[in-house]
Amino acid sequence: MDFVPHTEDDFRTMLDAIGAELFEDLLAGIPDELRRFELRLPPGMPEQTLRTLCAEMARRNANVTTHQVFLGGGAYDHFIPSVVTALASRSEFVTAYTPYQAEASQGNLQAMFEYQTAMCELTGMAISNSSLYDGASATAEAAIAALNVARARSKIVVSKSVHPDYRTVLGSYMHGLDVEVVEVPTTDNGRTDLAALEHATDEQTAAVIMQSPSFFGCVEPMADGAEIAHRSGALFVAVVNPISLGVLAPPGEYGADVAVGEAQPLGIPLAYGGPYLGFFTCSDKVMRKMPGRLVGMTKDRTGRRGFVLTLQAREQHIRRDKATSNICTNQALMALHALIYLCAVGRDGIREVGELNVRTSHYAAEKIAALPGFELRFEAPFFNEFVVRCPTDPAEINRDLWREAGIIGGLELGRWYPELKDCLMFCVTETKTKENIDAFASSLESLACRVA
Amino acid sequence: MEFPDELRYTKSHEWARLNGDKAVCGITDYAQHELSDVVYVELPDIGTEVTAGEPCAVVESVKIAADVYAPLSGKVTRINAELDGAPEMVNATPYGAGWLFEVEMSTLAEADALMSADEYKAHTEAEKH
Repeated sequence: MDFVPHTEDDFRTMLDAIGAELFEDLLAGIPDELRRFELRLPPGMPEQTLRTLCAEMARRNANVTTHQVFLGGGAYDHFIPSVVTALASRSEFVTAYTPYQAEASQGNLQAMFEYQTAMCELTGMAISNSSLYDGASATAEAAIAALNVARARSKIVVSKSVHPDYRTVLGSYMHGLDVEVVEVPTTDNGRTDLAALEHATDEQTAAVIMQSPSFFGCVEPMADGAEIAHRSGALFVAVVNPISLGVLAPPGEYGADVAVGEAQPLGIPLAYGGPYLGFFTCSDKVMRKMPGRLVGMTKDRTGRRGFVLTLQAREQHIRRDKATSNICTNQALMALHALIYLCAVGRDGIREVGELNVRTSHYAAEKIAALPGFELRFEAPFFNEFVVRCPTDPAEINRDLWREAGIIGGLELGRWYPELKDCLMFCVTETKTKENIDAFASSLESLACRVA
Repeated sequence: MEFPDELRYTKSHEWARLNGDKAVCGITDYAQHELSDVVYVELPDIGTEVTAGEPCAVVESVKIAADVYAPLSGKVTRINAELDGAPEMVNATPYGAGWLFEVEMSTLAEADALMSADEYKAHTEAEKH
């Protein structure tokens, strides 16, 4: 549908109806200094000049197609088969959200239904909604769902190995709900301290939240976490990277009640600020407390297959302030990317991608750990990210890698974890060849040698 | 539409069957009719303290999820677990197999404030207009 802006006549009619002279009069309540702002733009220029200028500016951007990138930490560089963009760009599908009069868009609903099915298969969970905004908000929504299931409970226990940004968003969502959020430390091997987790989890706990692979890339003892949660009658929320589920145990297997996460790795390109894709899957028990849209398959009067939005009584447009969430839409276009990606790689492909990630990242980790002054910080098994203790200031290493080799280095963990201020976290996925990794390791070595 | 004489009613369309200090509660024939097909019932946990006039259960139909208000204050002593697999009983027999929960009343005086069948019938007719 085209966007049709208001005409001058429309404005006049509306202003006359409410008895205002100018549109600006309606803004009189906003202090003047807040309304005055200047766009510092150069004077106008011909379109052709403008395009040249913008192309020149765009060329200065560094990204995964122009540079070697070893940065992860929540957003990941993976190969995206051409079919993903080709199919997802079809104009029939171009809507970011659930369409209005959703049932009139059977094709969109069918794609969402298939996305839900694919996510259930991948996670081993019973139910998937048709997506949320991102991994962080999906994690916070999982906490809300758990609080709604365990009505009398008012505490959320979360491991400090869950992405720091996710924990910040969780804090924002819990603020004002009178919910206590308890953070559980990790041990020196990089994994959640299970004794501390057990100690923090009690009869007041609605949910225990753990992430695997964790923010540090480590595979966490999720089954133990689930058992601790269930022993106290709390739900277990697993935050997982969906692209790891071809090789790691799916959350449905270790008793997760809710499995959420960021599905950007499934066919969605890296972009500063998104759009990304939050996925939310759960057990039957949590179904009626699940946030967001859910597409169901049914039959019409004449027995033909049809797709409908279902369980809408949970949702805000019907349930108002008692809705399970204030989200009333989904991330349809990104979910479509994930669906096409999963269909393109298939059952065997998702395992191969996982194995490749494990193989390349472990090759890189061994290479780097063998360099003078570098060592792996944690012993826990990892998927495609690992933490390395550095011989010199991590920020300097990153700066020199960029300046001297044009390499975008790792994540400086000191920003969130002061005890890891001498550490960098590197991400190595299937996009890196042996040659890429060897070149990266020699760059690191030459920097380190200079220090020594 | 049925308005059994032996029951007490609320303005928000719940009924209570008093028996000593216990009261079995549900939603009225009028309420189930307004809601249409009930697909899910969310009941309070046994042992929960409920307060008269406060929401304590949810009846979800294909149209809407509606709060059920406790007709009387007290502790929940029984819930109708059968509804989990057969929520349609709320439509079929709202005063029988479609009951929701039983409350052990903390004060007997509250029951006097509830409406009789005739009063409730008049109330539903007024609401229709």
